Amino acid sequence: MINWLANPARFMRFSAAVLPWCGGLTLAVVILGLYLALVVAPPDYQQGESVRIMYIHVPAAWMALGVYLFIALASSVALVWRHPLAEIAAAAAAPIGASFTFVCLATGSLWGRPMWGAWWVWDARLTSVLILFFLYLGYIALVNAFDEPSRGARAASVLALVGVVNLPIIKFSVDWWNTLHQPASVMRLGGPRIDPSMLVPLLVMAAGFALLFLTWLLVGIRTALNERKALALRLNSVPASGRVAP
Amino acid sequence: MIDDVGHYLAMGGYAAFVWPAYGVALAVLGGLAWHSWRRYRASFEALEKLQREFRTRR
Repeated sequence: MINWLANPARFMRFSAAVLPWCGGLTLAVVILGLYLALVVAPPDYQQGESVRIMYIHVPAAWMALGVYLFIALASSVALVWRHPLAEIAAAAAAPIGASFTFVCLATGSLWGRPMWGAWWVWDARLTSVLILFFLYLGYIALVNAFDEPSRGARAASVLALVGVVNLPIIKFSVDWWNTLHQPASVMRLGGPRIDPSMLVPLLVMAAGFALLFLTWLLVGIRTALNERKALALRLNSVPASGRVAP
Repeated sequence: MIDDVGHYLAMGGYAAFVWPAYGVALAVLGGLAWHSWRRYRASFEALEKLQREFRTRR
């Protein structure tokens, strides 16, 4: 399937057909998720209504990690197999991942102030997610730093692979260090420790965010393919009269 | 009824944190969506323009 899509023209046709459905489904799931999170889900016995921030913060965090993993995988495919769309897909995913990371940090801060009494602490989880945000920014900067798109993509791919060590650090930070941030409640051995009335809205919001990523990824790849085609046309259209006569 | 809405919006006293959190998410993700869409449409227009020029030049 991935090899079949490697042909840019084929990808454009496939994504043109899929995109409206993806966008429609995204809208439906996000609206459902917001309704569940803001209306249906109960308040927490300790945190009251402030727990509703969780329905943005946790899915954003999952996406922040997941998108970086996607970028790292796409980067390794680009470096090893030279798959033509892999670099483009990774570069298109980066701004989306950076946005989710920022949302995670900001909503976490807004949740931390009433619950912990602090906007920010330098604990292992928060610090490593901040580093993840900087890695995203560094990746985006590298992609755009070169005139030739493929050189920028190559350099950024290396950064993405070097930075992937941060992902298990983020995940296990709450176990390895004495952190203020709470340990895992959902993705843990022994299954989720969270009540279904809260787990269901959380999973629906997570699905909505994942669909949001997929939709904007398709849009980003299509944009990049158009821009590359335009660049190729511009480079090929230098007129013969442009040459200096001897 | 207005009281009920007011009570809901107050979010148990946490309104100053809950609503800005949803606001930040909407602003950032919405801004990304808007920016991506604009660039997407611009890429089609630029490409079509170039393709027309290329055809006429031939």
